[in-house]
Amino acid sequence: MMVLGGIGFTAPWLLLALAALPILWLLLRAVPPAPIKRRFPGVALLLGLKDDETVSDRTPWWLLLLRMLAVAAIIIGLAGPVLNPEAEQAEGNGPILFVLDGSWAGATRWPQQQEAIDAQLTRASRLGRTVGFLTLTRPDTPVFQSADAWRNRLAGLNPAPWQPSEEMLVTAQAAVEGLGTFDTLWFSDTLDYANRDDLLELLQERGTVEAYQTALNVLAMLPATYEDGAVQLRMLRATAGEEREIVVQAQGRDPAGNARILATATATFEQGATEAETAIVLPSELRARITRFDIAGQRSAGASTLSDDGLRRREVALISARESREGLELLSPLHYIEQALAPTADLIDGSLSDILPANPDVIVLADVATLSEGEAAPLTEWIENGGMLVRFAGPRIAASDISRIDEDPLMPVRLRAGGRSVGGAMSWGEPKGLSAFSNASPFFGLTVPDDVTVSAQVMAQPDPTLAERVIASLSDGTPLVTRKNVGQGQIVLFHVTATAEWSTLPLSGLFVEMMERLAVSSSAASATVAALEGTTWIPRRVLDGFGSLSDAGSLPGIDGPALVQDPTGPLLPPGLYTSGDRTLARNVLTAESTLTPTSWPSDVPVRGLAVAPEQPVVGWLLSLAILLLLADVVVSLALSGRLLSRSNAPATALAALMLFGAPAADAQTAAEAFALSATSELTLGHVITGDPQVDEIALAGLTGLSDTLFFRTSVEPSPPLGVNLETDELAFFPILYWPITPRQPTPSAEAYVKLNTYLRSGGMILFDTRDADTASFGASSPNGRKLQELAAPLDIPALEPLPADHVITRTFYLLQDFPGRHNSRDVWVEAADPNAEQIEGMPFRDLNDGVTPVVIGGNDWASAWAVNAGGAPLLPIGRGFSGERQREIAYRFGINLVMHVLTGNYKSDQVHVPALLDRLGQ
Amino acid sequence: MSDPLALRASSETEAAAFPALLARAEHLAGAVLLGAHGRRRAGTGDDFWQYRPAQVGDSRRAIDYRRSAMGDTEFVREREWQIAQSVMLWVDQGASMRFTSDDAIPQKIDRARVLSLAAAILLNRGGERVGLTGTELPPRSGRPQILALAQMFCRDDAAEYSPPEHRAMIPHARAVFISDFMGDIDGVRTALTKAADRGVRGVLCHVLDPSEEAFPFTGRTIFQSMGGTISHETLKANDLKDRYLARLAERKAELQSLCALTGWRYGIHHTNTPAQAGLLWLYGALDARGVAA
Repeated sequence: MMVLGGIGFTAPWLLLALAALPILWLLLRAVPPAPIKRRFPGVALLLGLKDDETVSDRTPWWLLLLRMLAVAAIIIGLAGPVLNPEAEQAEGNGPILFVLDGSWAGATRWPQQQEAIDAQLTRASRLGRTVGFLTLTRPDTPVFQSADAWRNRLAGLNPAPWQPSEEMLVTAQAAVEGLGTFDTLWFSDTLDYANRDDLLELLQERGTVEAYQTALNVLAMLPATYEDGAVQLRMLRATAGEEREIVVQAQGRDPAGNARILATATATFEQGATEAETAIVLPSELRARITRFDIAGQRSAGASTLSDDGLRRREVALISARESREGLELLSPLHYIEQALAPTADLIDGSLSDILPANPDVIVLADVATLSEGEAAPLTEWIENGGMLVRFAGPRIAASDISRIDEDPLMPVRLRAGGRSVGGAMSWGEPKGLSAFSNASPFFGLTVPDDVTVSAQVMAQPDPTLAERVIASLSDGTPLVTRKNVGQGQIVLFHVTATAEWSTLPLSGLFVEMMERLAVSSSAASATVAALEGTTWIPRRVLDGFGSLSDAGSLPGIDGPALVQDPTGPLLPPGLYTSGDRTLARNVLTAESTLTPTSWPSDVPVRGLAVAPEQPVVGWLLSLAILLLLADVVVSLALSGRLLSRSNAPATALAALMLFGAPAADAQTAAEAFALSATSELTLGHVITGDPQVDEIALAGLTGLSDTLFFRTSVEPSPPLGVNLETDELAFFPILYWPITPRQPTPSAEAYVKLNTYLRSGGMILFDTRDADTASFGASSPNGRKLQELAAPLDIPALEPLPADHVITRTFYLLQDFPGRHNSRDVWVEAADPNAEQIEGMPFRDLNDGVTPVVIGGNDWASAWAVNAGGAPLLPIGRGFSGERQREIAYRFGINLVMHVLTGNYKSDQVHVPALLDRLGQ
Repeated sequence: MSDPLALRASSETEAAAFPALLARAEHLAGAVLLGAHGRRRAGTGDDFWQYRPAQVGDSRRAIDYRRSAMGDTEFVREREWQIAQSVMLWVDQGASMRFTSDDAIPQKIDRARVLSLAAAILLNRGGERVGLTGTELPPRSGRPQILALAQMFCRDDAAEYSPPEHRAMIPHARAVFISDFMGDIDGVRTALTKAADRGVRGVLCHVLDPSEEAFPFTGRTIFQSMGGTISHETLKANDLKDRYLARLAERKAELQSLCALTGWRYGIHHTNTPAQAGLLWLYGALDARGVAA
């Protein structure tokens, strides 16, 4: 490659051809332009005129320049110019291994890294070196291929939402072991991890190693916790440095369900510190809607943390039957449960009827036996909508008849009378302990302390469904906790009291854990190995390296302890995991995570990602040459007058289309185009009957009527449209003309719904049976029968023959007849109010009604209105001049009809003019 | 615009902007007939128009004594002016008229037809009798005549340049010739002298396209007539400009002198100016004293 003024040329000798350009100049200059043929009537005056000089016009100098530039661009383009020719780096011709960390830490600068890789691939391609890729987060044996093959696959590389683990490094070392000698380019994410030095040593044995890494500091966020009434957020950075302020965003859904930023906070890294903290105080409703926290400006999985039940505090309503007596707090039936729930849930007191409208998550009924009908019904509804009712037994339930014979809808099981007590002073036996929880129980995995004993309980009646409803039982097998599902909610009954009277259960830690398992209280903040023992968690949404959530698909479930303990990796991607009603977020970082920056040994050169890549400009120059030549074509045509002459206009348009690309077609859907054409101006419409001739005449008729309206009135309609009842919107048309043909299809039910809406909302349909000379309505003609059939489902009011004082007779013209091609007087409109009476001295009855929704006639108006493309009447009407008169009256009827639709009973109001004048005192 | 209805519609639009055209009849025998419609101004006729105070110069016979007896002032009874005149039109339908230099400008023939029909409508509305020169459509009054005129105007002529039709001119009538007058001027001369012989006076409307006035051509060009039968090649069109314009001016001057000789009015109308301007001029030329004098 030869470098001239910062631009490299792969074939510099071709540039010598530039010397030939001046010769071209002389050649092109000598050729005169072709003659133009012009039509010109004044030629008669030109005859006999001679040219003064016979030398022809020369090609203009700027056109010559254009052509020279085009040729020069071709020559230079073929010489292979390259922008930013890279000064040769370390020579080498063996294969190159690209090692990528490929972790979330590099996600924010991933595009720059892609560009740097692309630049190196370009260089490798030019040197003819083969390339292999090794991504440490997804180690695989590298395959050495041509660089161009890799460039196509470059876009497929994505960062993983985890760091390379020790096992991955071991796998990577094993993969590298089997390869020969090669040079290495290591694209680092600037974070250190275990076993990295071993791999580096191994690679250095095989060849030279160069490192590329961004100077950007990696930021990460630790999982959010809820303490002291605020969401606590801790941020880390890899290298300590100057003081830096970052913005943390809490993302979630607003009440309308749209994702948005619910709150922001700023956190500051002090100078020299690698950790920053901030807290966000939010009302619990808002806090419950938060789905994740992000660091603004960062696009990596590590810079965001997902929120789970730990931030979502449940609202628990506590209700007991007994009025708590003052001073006896420890005896309150709700004391222990309050203690158990207070740290992790929001508690509500009040009566049941006050609480239900607040829609709490859980309602606890401690020894409440009976509920009134007025309370039970809304409570049942609340449970069916997903509420959880937790009931505790007690003396009242034991004494009541609730759920004795039939199962109470608000109890999970039937109860035996009286309950039992064991181990008391008056009974035999020892207080019973708890048996281990079974597999199916939500409590499975919890350890049962020995000191939990039960001395009294209510007993469940043996029932076929009892076994499946028991979720905890005593050592002798009697049910201790039972549960049934109702709708989307559930009812749980503890067969002991919520106090320590009947058992020691409320005193033990197990009680708290059971509450957590039942999702009465949320526990994610204290998710420990022990608490999650025996649970299985299913991934629902997983993070990718960039920090965006996607559906987990069919990833396998994870054991509870593993979810907390194991490092993230392909088997345990960070994301949201659910088990039953509980949701737990596994974030990229755990509370103990730290960020360590990489340190490279001094013999490894470290470069930044910002590189000006070599840029071949051959394509640009050749494109420029083609553009110049195209411009030359246009200019030459313009010079010889052929560009814009009328005969060439289509060709010119075509050329312009080819040059500048077809305009974006189909920008709008057909429906939008229809709506636009129908609404930009007033538009008349006719129903498409399917009979081409009838449709054609209907359209021509409306065209004629539109023209007449335009010419005579201030109604200036745009060209009429055919309306398909099934697909088109009717609301755009003030009036629809509906010619009846015997064979037209009956509209579908949906179309009738549209038609009825149209009629009710002020539209008008002009039905035309077009057979007034053979039938005067009734079922005596096929068209009449078809009309009856079509109109039966329509919401049409009572009709009457058009009365002589109807407002249609005077909305624009004064009319007595309503002829079309036929001249029948049978035109029917909505019947007038039977009470309307003619007032003495008034020419019209006071018919102050709306627009008639239908006008039915058979005069074939469209034929009378129809005009051809030139505006001449399409069909003959009547005979001679009287026929023309009839056509004129038909137009007047059409105008009156459209005026009636548009102005309603405006003309009818004029009957009040004498009364108004009288009132004004004249 | 070869469609009679469309042509009539646009002519009606042009004519709608004007009051009825008042053509002054030359009081010569044979050419004056009483029209059906009043002129809406005082003149000779049968119908009462108005009383006005008598002025110096009014003959005593003109004083209406019945009205004057009601007061001290003497009144003259005026009658409504009622006369009709024949106007004959000729519009050049030759191929040369079907030229326009720009899509935005109408063809010369379109403009000529609109102008002449608009004038015809105005005259017709005023009760005059309008027709074509030649024997095909003699002057008549009434609305159907307008339709017939429109029909006749829509017939194209295949000839490159058609000479004015001068046969069957009614003596002492009025005439309107509309053309680009690009063809042989002898035809025009013959027509005008013949008209002058018969006492026919009229208007010569010279319709030109703007490019015919400007000659904006350059470079090597072959000029062809609209029918393609005549052509002229030049290597440098811009060199011809001055000489072409000189010839055009000569043509105009010749027409003007012909008109001066025969008592006609001569006017130029360019197709890029509004048709209203042309009609206004035609209105003035036909209306007035220039011809009548």
